[in-house]
Amino acid sequence: MIEINLLLIFIIIAAIVAVEVKDLLSSVVAVGVAGFGLVISFLALKAPDLAITQLVVEILCLIILIRATIKIDLPFSTSGRWFVNTLACIAFLVIFLSYGYAAISSLPSFGNPLMKTSNFYLGETFKTIHATNVVSAINLNFRAYDTLGEATVLFAAAIGIMAIMRKKGKLTKAGKDDESE
Amino acid sequence: MNQNNGMSLIVKTITRLLVGFILLYGIYIVLHGHISPGGGFAGGFIIALSYILLMLAFGKEEILRKVPQPMISFLESLGALMFLTIAVLGFFGGYFFSNWLPKGIPFKLLSAGTIPISNVALALLEVSLGLFGIFLVLVLLKFTPPKKEK
Amino acid sequence: MSTYFLCLILFCVGLYAILRKRNIIKMIIGIVICEYAINLFLILFGYKMNGRSPLYSPDQQILDMVDPLPQAMAMTAIVISLATTALLVGIAIRIYEKYGTFDITKINKLKG
Repeated sequence: MIEINLLLIFIIIAAIVAVEVKDLLSSVVAVGVAGFGLVISFLALKAPDLAITQLVVEILCLIILIRATIKIDLPFSTSGRWFVNTLACIAFLVIFLSYGYAAISSLPSFGNPLMKTSNFYLGETFKTIHATNVVSAINLNFRAYDTLGEATVLFAAAIGIMAIMRKKGKLTKAGKDDESE
Repeated sequence: MNQNNGMSLIVKTITRLLVGFILLYGIYIVLHGHISPGGGFAGGFIIALSYILLMLAFGKEEILRKVPQPMISFLESLGALMFLTIAVLGFFGGYFFSNWLPKGIPFKLLSAGTIPISNVALALLEVSLGLFGIFLVLVLLKFTPPKKEK
Repeated sequence: MSTYFLCLILFCVGLYAILRKRNIIKMIIGIVICEYAINLFLILFGYKMNGRSPLYSPDQQILDMVDPLPQAMAMTAIVISLATTALLVGIAIRIYEKYGTFDITKINKLKG
């Protein structure tokens, strides 16, 4: 119980460092620290499938972000209405936190989940499906519609990446590149 | 292989030794997704990471020649089509996405009906998605000097 | 209770980065932190005290498993978060090529 709170405080500190540090590469490395803390807390919360997936996704994310931010450094600019903007932002966050506190006080307490549908899944997985990994069975058998939608989203994202990667623009009627590359 | 591309000789040798094991581990994770932690999501990304390791060590030209971009597009489409075909073939069992294959004995590799095939289809999707993400940063990032137009 | 609130604070850190920072990469980092907070909240919500992970074992009977449904939902969310991050980084690199900066206050030529 206490170790999960400590891990969360560690992740929060890493996230604050990632947001506030000036160098972009240090910021990306701090995000990696937060992600690996998340992996350890998944393991502590008894979710090994998620720990493996988050670990691998984190490495890929770090490679993409580091390649995007290397050799780029921006000076920290504090022009404009710095004080007013920060004050308005913090006021919004305080209001958000107070409403969130009221919302989570009506949830069931930590450690006692409502397991109405999950008990059905836990029983049926071993009895009728004959699979032993319940998360995989839920993803691919009981709730396969969700996974189908997720595959659709992934497909759309891949098409979007291909559209961004495309070097040449659309050809106009004159036969020249429309995009001013 | 061209010695000038990529990283130093030590990195290339270690990569040549390691990459087969990483690929094998990814395939193991995918095929055992229904009896042990893992599954198509994690295993697909591990397979993609083995290719990315090759790409970072040997330079992108070598690998882009071996695994060209149309092949990755083909893999992505094949994964999505395979998942949809599994869904439609569920009409043999009566309804969409029904698990109509024989279930087998628990804790064996060939059990749990259609779940291993779905894992393979999802792994194809994840492999191609990870490779697309890496192509994005490797192909786009030429960093042409930015234009100063006012 | 305090665990949920710490998770909410983590979400607020990401929200602060999205609202306040001017660098596009910092905003992407804020979105990534928000995704972390949401995935962690789902898993925290399904945790059972002294539970076991939802895997059957051939040797012993396991009765007190944690809730597997939020784990399955969070797994798809993690994969989708990678896809959106890659897409956002691609758009950010295109903006850098076009304008030569990551600062959103300098990007004032969105007139086509």
